[in-house]
Amino acid sequence: MEIFTGTDKVKRGLAQMLKGGVIMDVTNAEQAEIAEEAGAVAVMALERVPADIRAQGGVARMADPKKIKEIMSAVSIPVMAKVRIGHFVEAQILEALGVDFIDESEVLTPADEKYHINKHAFKIPFVCGARDLGEALRRIAEGAAMIRTKGEAGTGNVVEAVRHMRQIMDEIRSLVLLPDDELVTKAKELGAPLEVLMETKSLGRLPVVNFAAGGIATPADAALMMHLGADGVFVGSGIFKSKDPRKRARAIVLAVTYYDDPYVLAEISEDLGEPMPGIDIRKLNETELLQTRGW
Amino acid sequence: MRIGILSIQGSIVEHKNMLKKLDVDTILVKKPEDLDKIDGIIIPGGESTTFLTVLENTGLFKKLQDALKNGLPAMGTCAGLILLAKRIENHPHQKTLGVLDITVSRNAYGRQRESFTTYLDIPAIGDKPFEAVFIRAPQILDVGKDVRVLGVFMEKPVFLEEKNVLGLTFHPELTDDTRIHEYFLKRCIGSNEM
Repeated sequence: MEIFTGTDKVKRGLAQMLKGGVIMDVTNAEQAEIAEEAGAVAVMALERVPADIRAQGGVARMADPKKIKEIMSAVSIPVMAKVRIGHFVEAQILEALGVDFIDESEVLTPADEKYHINKHAFKIPFVCGARDLGEALRRIAEGAAMIRTKGEAGTGNVVEAVRHMRQIMDEIRSLVLLPDDELVTKAKELGAPLEVLMETKSLGRLPVVNFAAGGIATPADAALMMHLGADGVFVGSGIFKSKDPRKRARAIVLAVTYYDDPYVLAEISEDLGEPMPGIDIRKLNETELLQTRGW
Repeated sequence: MRIGILSIQGSIVEHKNMLKKLDVDTILVKKPEDLDKIDGIIIPGGESTTFLTVLENTGLFKKLQDALKNGLPAMGTCAGLILLAKRIENHPHQKTLGVLDITVSRNAYGRQRESFTTYLDIPAIGDKPFEAVFIRAPQILDVGKDVRVLGVFMEKPVFLEEKNVLGLTFHPELTDDTRIHEYFLKRCIGSNEM
């Protein structure tokens, strides 16, 4: 019997199964187990969470395979890991390790300032960050099976994720109303291929799953992003940089399912302990922004 | 007729769209009281451990389990099937609803790299092969005597039924083929009067 692996359907399909869920950053097996127990749909295996990458500086790279393998063997849910933008060899290594999803991420230091990875060449699906529709569609054209907002990782400040999600949703809403004879010019303006643009117009949404990421720290933040149209959320530093990760993780999982029920949200937001300390984005230097990496 | 979709997370919209094509109303089941309004329930694909966490935190677990034991027609796909199974071989301590007399093994074909699609012969829904999408899919290792196997892949059951419950290890909701949903709906007609 003939079987087909690594197809767009199978790659995008895994992202579809993650919808309505929370993907949590973890740096060791113990954190991965806490995340799984709390109801995470997947974990992101990292050497350092974005808040520490931000604090420590230097070049941030793919995590040590030993660390990734340790996390893969600790949990039964999908394991994601990050590679530097354009670093297709790091991606080949992750594929060889058998991670379930690769994040070509601006949180790590870019390896190529001109080209992103050709993601069609991989059997493993990719997720990529985007700030606007053009960026999202370019990544999809390169083979991304999932998009997430960039937000501003490691800040505990949801404002940039909100900006990026609203931007993408606004652009899709106006695209839907655009006459067909203006589409080619629109594609040129956005720097995105016409086919993907047309598909987005006819679906009235991105052709792949679109999560929120970058600064989500509370159940209310997660619910806000769901209201704005996110299919699910990534929580990076927000969980394990807080006082009571177990409790906060579970609350954020519940918040994503019950995002439209303020009574449930009120109940689960109670007594979670200190959230991670936040950063005012306006106080960051231009050079400290992670979201401007990638194009 | 109204069909509920367990709406914790996963392929909820995909199942909803399939039922919309068949002109069937759906209710997104998130709270125990939602179970009172439906003639059947679909448990979608997603992560079974996440389903479990939310079910247990909301009082849904017990009420859903009672409804299933009282004959509410149900269809579980992938994670949904795991939740319905009586036994999980590689995660024996993972709690389940325990209404399908089968033993499953989670992620049994491998990791995402090994996810695949293929075409299956399923005589119960017609002659045309069905496009089956297997994503980090479980395998069914053994089945009880009251279980009827409807589809097989590589000598393992992948589609089966027992009384009011239908289970699949693959995702019909990721295709355009509505035949498996139609098969499920036939089992839901009149179930509310039972």
